[in-house]
Amino acid sequence: MTDAKVSGTAVRADDDYPWDRTALRSELATVSQEPGATKPQPILAVDNVVRSFGGVTAVDVAHLEVQRGAITALIGPNGAGKTTFFNLITGFDKPSSAKPRFGGGNGPFATWRFQGRSLGATSAFRVAQTGMVRTFQLTKALSAMTVMDNMLLGAKDQPGEHILTALFRPRWKKREAEIRAKAEELLVRFKLDAKKDDYAGSLSGGQRKLLEMARALMSDPAMIMLDEPMAGVNPALTQSLLGHIQDLRDRGTTVLFVEHDMHMVRHISDWVVVMAEGKIVAEGPPDTVMQHQAVVDAYLGSHHDQDLGDDSVLDEDFEQAKAQEDAERGERTAAEPDGEKA
Amino acid sequence: MDFLATLFTDFGAQILSTVTAAFAIAAIGLNLHFGYTGLLNIGQAGFMLLGAYGFAITIRFGGPFWLGVLVAIVAAVIFALILGLPTLKLRGYYLAIVTIAAAEILRIVGGNQSLGPVTGGVAGIGNQVYSPAFTALSPFPQDGSFSLGPYTYPLTVGDSWYLRIVSWIVLALVAVLVLLLMRSPWGRTIRGIREDEDAVRSLGKNVYLYKMQALILGGVIGALGGMLFVLGTSVQPDSLGRSTTFLLYTIVLLGGAATVFGPVLGAVLYFMVIIGLQDVVGQFVPPEIMSQQQVPQFGYIVVGIGLMLLVIFRPQGILGNKKELSFGD
Repeated sequence: MTDAKVSGTAVRADDDYPWDRTALRSELATVSQEPGATKPQPILAVDNVVRSFGGVTAVDVAHLEVQRGAITALIGPNGAGKTTFFNLITGFDKPSSAKPRFGGGNGPFATWRFQGRSLGATSAFRVAQTGMVRTFQLTKALSAMTVMDNMLLGAKDQPGEHILTALFRPRWKKREAEIRAKAEELLVRFKLDAKKDDYAGSLSGGQRKLLEMARALMSDPAMIMLDEPMAGVNPALTQSLLGHIQDLRDRGTTVLFVEHDMHMVRHISDWVVVMAEGKIVAEGPPDTVMQHQAVVDAYLGSHHDQDLGDDSVLDEDFEQAKAQEDAERGERTAAEPDGEKA
Repeated sequence: MDFLATLFTDFGAQILSTVTAAFAIAAIGLNLHFGYTGLLNIGQAGFMLLGAYGFAITIRFGGPFWLGVLVAIVAAVIFALILGLPTLKLRGYYLAIVTIAAAEILRIVGGNQSLGPVTGGVAGIGNQVYSPAFTALSPFPQDGSFSLGPYTYPLTVGDSWYLRIVSWIVLALVAVLVLLLMRSPWGRTIRGIREDEDAVRSLGKNVYLYKMQALILGGVIGALGGMLFVLGTSVQPDSLGRSTTFLLYTIVLLGGAATVFGPVLGAVLYFMVIIGLQDVVGQFVPPEIMSQQQVPQFGYIVVGIGLMLLVIFRPQGILGNKKELSFGD
C-alpha cells in the first residue's frame, strides 16, 4: 500500500483516509448494518432519489452513503434498479423527485452530495468533472477511434479542447504530451499498450471493458462507478479485472460497482449495498450481508424454503383446495336447487 | 485528338471555376457536421442561401462589402443557433427534420413576391447589384483580361481571375482551418461525439456545446460557400434548394467523409463528370437522342449510380479511411 502511495498517480491528498484495507474494513465493521447506515467518511450521500416510469417505481432510495476509499458493491437481482440508480446520480437521468426548476412541487426533493458538493440538478458532464466518472453496462468504446485517442479523450484540463485554443498548437502541445504519457502508463497497467494504435472497434469485448475503465481513470477521478464491469468477460479476464478494481482502491480511488454475481462481490468488496425493487434492502460487509433475510428474499424469493418441486406440497394444497371447492359447491346446490335449471 | 484536347481544356476550366470552389467550401462545412460530428444536417443549402442573401441584401441597401460578409456570417450563426438550440439535445434525426424544413422555409420565403423589394422574389438578385462592391477591392486593373494557356478570363470584372483566385484562397483557408481543428483535441472530442455522445459526456465534456460549435462553424463555412457561389452567378432561391444539399452530400461521400480534402476532391470529380458527359454527349450522341439541355439531367443519373456503387464497394469514399467506417454500427 505504501509503495502505491508513492508511485500511484491517483493517490488522494487527504491523509485521514484509512489506506490500509484491514483498518478500513475494521472501521466499516463498526457501521450499523441497516439500509441507509451512516458511514465514517462518506464521499457520496444520497437522499430521496425516486425515479418512476409511469406507474412503476424503478428507484426509491431514501438515504445512502458511500464510504470514501472503499470498494462498495451495489448488488441486487435483475430489475432491482441498480443501473437506473447509477444513471440518476451521474446525471444521465433525472429523478422524478427532483426539485422543479421553477419552484412548486412537494418534497422531499432528491438531493445528493459528492465530496461536499451538491449534485442535485447537474448535467452528466459536470458530474464527471467533479470527479465522479462512470462506465457503462454496454461498453461504450469509441470504435472508429484508436485506443490511444480513446484514452486521450478521458483526460481533463486539456486547453486544446477549446475551439479557439485548438487552433494554436503551442498552447496545448505540452499538456498533450503529459496526458499521452499518462495514457501510455495506464495502458501498460491494463495490458493494452500493444493495442494502442489499433481502432477500439477491433478489440474484444473484455478488452473494451478494460479500455473503458482505463479511459475513465485518465481524469484521476475521486470515485469511479463501474456498471457491471464483469458482464460478458471471460473468467481469466475477470480475475485481472478484479485485480484492477482492488488496485484502484489501494491507490485511493473510491469504487462503486454494480454487479449481480455475488461471488465476485464477495471477493473484492469492502461493503455491499443490496437493492431490490428499487429500494435498498440491506447493507453490510460482504461476508455477513448475504445471510441477511432481506437479501435471501430478494434473490431467492420469500418462499425459497418451500419446495415447490415437491409434489406432496402441491398435492396437499390441491386436495385441500378441491375439498373446499367441493364443499362450497355442495352448499350452493343445496341452497338453490332450482337455480341451475332456470 | 481535337475532342480530347477540348475535354481536358474543359476539365481544367471547370476545376478552376468558382462554382467548384464554392461547392467544395460548402461541402467542407457539411463534412464538419456530418463526417466529423455526426450531425445529420439536410439543410446545408439553407446556410448557403442565407449567406448569399445576407451578403447581397446588405450591399443592395448600400452597405460596404465587409459589412455584407459580416451580415452573412452573423445570419448563419443565428440560423445555426435557432436550429441547434431545440434539437441538439435530442437524437440526430430531429436535427435532420428541422434543417431540411428550415432550409425550405428560407427558400420559399426568399422567393415570395411580396418580398420583391428586398430579396427580389423568385427572380432573385442579379449579381450586378452586389458584384461591384466585390470587384472594387480587386488588386488587378478593372479592365483587361489575362490568358493562361487556353484559359482567357477578365482580370476583375464578371467571371474573372480575381473571383477564381479569391474563391480558391477562401477554400484553402477553410481547409487549413478544418485541418488544424481536426488535428487538435477539439477535433478528437468532436469525433468522439460522432461515435458515442454518452461516452464523451461521461468523460466530462460538454457535448451540447461542442455540437453547437460544430453546427455553427459548419454553417458559417456553408454561408461563405454560398456567397462565393452567387458572386459568380446570381442570388436565386431555387438554385440553392434541396437538390443542392443532396449534391453536397454526394460530394462529401464521393471524396470521403471525415477527411479534410475529401470534399475538395469530391467537388472537382463531380463537376468533371458533369462537364465530361456534356462534351462526350455533344460529340458522339445525336441531338435527337439526347439534347444538350438533357445532359445535366443525365449527369445526375450517372452520379446517382456512381454514388450507389461507391456506397456499396467503397463506403469510405475515395480518400476515406476504411477502418474508420468498417467497425461498429
